[in-house]
Amino acid sequence: MNLHEYQSKRIFAQYGIPIPKGEVATTPAEARSVAEKLGGAVVVKSQVLVGGRGKAGGIKLAKNPDEAQARAADILGMNIKGLTVEKVLVDEASNIASEIYLGAVLDRSRRRVVLMASGEGGVEIEEVARTAPDKIITVAVHPFLGLRDYQARILAEGIGLPKEHTSAFIKVAKALYQAFVEQDAGLAEINPLVITGENQLIALDGKMVIDDSALSRHPDLAEMADKSTEDASEQEAKAEGLSYIKLDGEIGCMVNGAGLAMATMDIVKYYGGSPANFLDIGGGASAQKVTAALRIILSDPHVKAVLINIFGGITRCDEVAKGFLEAINTLKVDMPFVIRLVGTNEKEGRAILEEADLQNILTATSLADAAQKAVQAAATQSGKGASA
Amino acid sequence: MSILVGKDTRLVVQGITGRQGAFHAEQMIEYGTQVVAGVTPGKGGEWAVGNTPVFDTVNEAVEATGANTSIIFVPAFAAPDAVIEAADAGIDLIICLTEHIPALDMVKVRAYLDVVGARLIGPNCPGVITPGEAKVGIMAGHIHTPGHVGIVSRSGTLTYEVVYALTARGIGQSTAVGIGGDPIIGTTFIDVLQMFEDDSATEQVVMIGEIGGTDEQKAAEFIAKNMSKPVTAFIAGQTAPPGRRMGHAGAIVSGGEGTAEEKMQVLAEAGARVAKVPDEIADIVAENQ
Repeated sequence: MNLHEYQSKRIFAQYGIPIPKGEVATTPAEARSVAEKLGGAVVVKSQVLVGGRGKAGGIKLAKNPDEAQARAADILGMNIKGLTVEKVLVDEASNIASEIYLGAVLDRSRRRVVLMASGEGGVEIEEVARTAPDKIITVAVHPFLGLRDYQARILAEGIGLPKEHTSAFIKVAKALYQAFVEQDAGLAEINPLVITGENQLIALDGKMVIDDSALSRHPDLAEMADKSTEDASEQEAKAEGLSYIKLDGEIGCMVNGAGLAMATMDIVKYYGGSPANFLDIGGGASAQKVTAALRIILSDPHVKAVLINIFGGITRCDEVAKGFLEAINTLKVDMPFVIRLVGTNEKEGRAILEEADLQNILTATSLADAAQKAVQAAATQSGKGASA
Repeated sequence: MSILVGKDTRLVVQGITGRQGAFHAEQMIEYGTQVVAGVTPGKGGEWAVGNTPVFDTVNEAVEATGANTSIIFVPAFAAPDAVIEAADAGIDLIICLTEHIPALDMVKVRAYLDVVGARLIGPNCPGVITPGEAKVGIMAGHIHTPGHVGIVSRSGTLTYEVVYALTARGIGQSTAVGIGGDPIIGTTFIDVLQMFEDDSATEQVVMIGEIGGTDEQKAAEFIAKNMSKPVTAFIAGQTAPPGRRMGHAGAIVSGGEGTAEEKMQVLAEAGARVAKVPDEIADIVAENQ
C-alpha cells in the first residue's frame, strides 16, 4: 500500500526526522488559511500517488496567502497521470542549500533492509541507478543488529556530506530505519533530504510503501489507504479476498494460483487473444468466492468470453464447478465459457458441469486447447456484436 | 534417490487440527507419506486423522516420534513462530505453506535459520513431492509419476500444469519442489539446482520462474557455470503490465529489473532451453530424453 507524501512525512516526524511545518487542504480557502498560519512563502503540493508531480505542474511556490489560494485553486482538481488531485499539502518554503537522497528498501536477494544514499537529491533513484550507479552508496542492515552508527557514517562519507552534518545525518538514517521496520514498510524514501541555509537537515519530500501482508497489525495505516487509485471492481475483489487486476482485453480469466494466472494470460495472448484481467481465486476457493469472482469479471463490459482454468491442489474442482453453476444461475448470462478443471476431484467437478447441460459451456483438457477455444469464442461473439 | 523428501521422511504436521491441516494430512497419509505426528498447542494428547498423535510442541513430537521434517499449516500471524519452533526442535527440513507472512518477519526468520542451520522451503509454496515415495505438500498426488525429471518452481498451480503434461506423455519426475512466491524465501532456485545436479536419480531439470526479483538471473549464472544436466525454463508473466502486483508479493517489475523478457534472455544465454508457453515445456523435455 502506497502512502501519500503528507502521511509518510508525518510518520517520519513521529520518529524524530525534521519535516517542514505544513498542513493538508482540500479547498483553496483552506490552503489560504494554512498559508496565513504559517506566515511567509509556502509550497503548494498536490497529493497524488504518482511520481513526476513537479514536472506535471502539481507543485507550486506561493509568496503569500493570496498566491497560495490561487495556486491551490489551479492544482486541486487537476489531472496528473490519470489521477485527480483532491488534496494539497501546504508546507512552509525551505531555504535549500543542497539536496541529497536517503532511502530504505527491502532487498530480496540480500534478504536485508538496505539503506541507500546519493548526493543527487530530488532525482528519482531509479534514474540515478541507470545513469550514475556509482553515486549510490548502500549498506545492508542485519535484522538482529539494526542500523549501526558506522554504517550511517559510511553513507555520509560515501556521498561526500560535509562533516558538520554527519551526526544529524546519522540520527535521520537511524530514525528512517526504525520507521521502516516498525511500520512494516517495503520502501521508505526521503527525496530530497535537504540541507537548509540555516544548516539543518529537513525531509522535504517523503514516500512510504507498506507491506500489504502486515496491514492487519497496523490498523491505523490500513485506514490511510487512498482508494481512489484503485478501480471499483479491484476494491470489491480485495474485499472478497481475491487478487484481481483489470486489463483492457476481452477474455475474462479466472484461474487459481498467481503463476498459472499469469501463464494463462500469456497463452491467451500467444493464441491471438487479449486478457481482460488477472484473477487469482487463491487456494481453497469456496463456491461463494467463485461466484464473487465471476460477478467481478462479468462487470467489465469488454468481456466477450470467460476462460476458467482451475488446477486442483488445495482447491477442489467440485467446489469450483458448484460455485460456477451458482454464479451462472444468479447472474443469468449467456456469454461463452470455456472451463478446464484438472486435479483434486476433477471427475466430480466435470460430472457436475455435465449434469447441468448448459449450451454456452465448452470444456477443455489442455491449457492450449482452452486458450484457443476462448480466443475463438470471443472472436465469434465480437462478430455477432458487430452484425447486430 | 531423490531430493529433500522420500522414504526416510518422518513428517510432523504443524497445525494438524485445523481445516486445511487435517484435510491435507489425510491426503499425505493416503499417498504413503510417513506422517508420524501432529502439533497443535493445547491439543497435546489427542489423536488426529486416524491414528496420528498430537503434541503441544514440536520438541515433544520430535522426542516421541523421531520426526525429521515439518510441514506448516498455521495462519500468517503464527507461522514465523512455528518455523522457529521447528528449527529449535532440531527439524532439518521445514516446509511452510502459509501465505501473507509479513516480509520483515521472514527477514528475521531466515537470518535465524542461517544461524541454526535448518533448511526452509517456502513460505507461500505448495510443498515438495518425490513421486511414489512421499508427498509433503498440497499438490494433487495422482498427477505425478516416478521418474527422472527434477522440477523447481516459484508457482504452485503452474507446476501442477507442467507435471500433468509430463505424466500424460509417460515422463516421470524425480522430485518437484515449490520454492514459493514471496520476496523472502528459505530456499532459492540455485539451492535446488545444485541438489538436482548432485542427485543420481535426476537426469534433467525444469525450472519455472516468474516476473519480479532477480533470482532467475542468478540461476542463469549458476546454470552456465555449474549445471551439466539439461535445464528447460519457463517464465510466467510475459504479458504482465509493469509495476502491477500479480498476486505474488514477489512478482513486481520495477525499474526494468525482473521482466519476463530479461529473464528468458539470460536463461537462454546460459544454455537453458526456454519455453514460450507452458505446453512447450513437455515437448522440450521429451526431446532431451
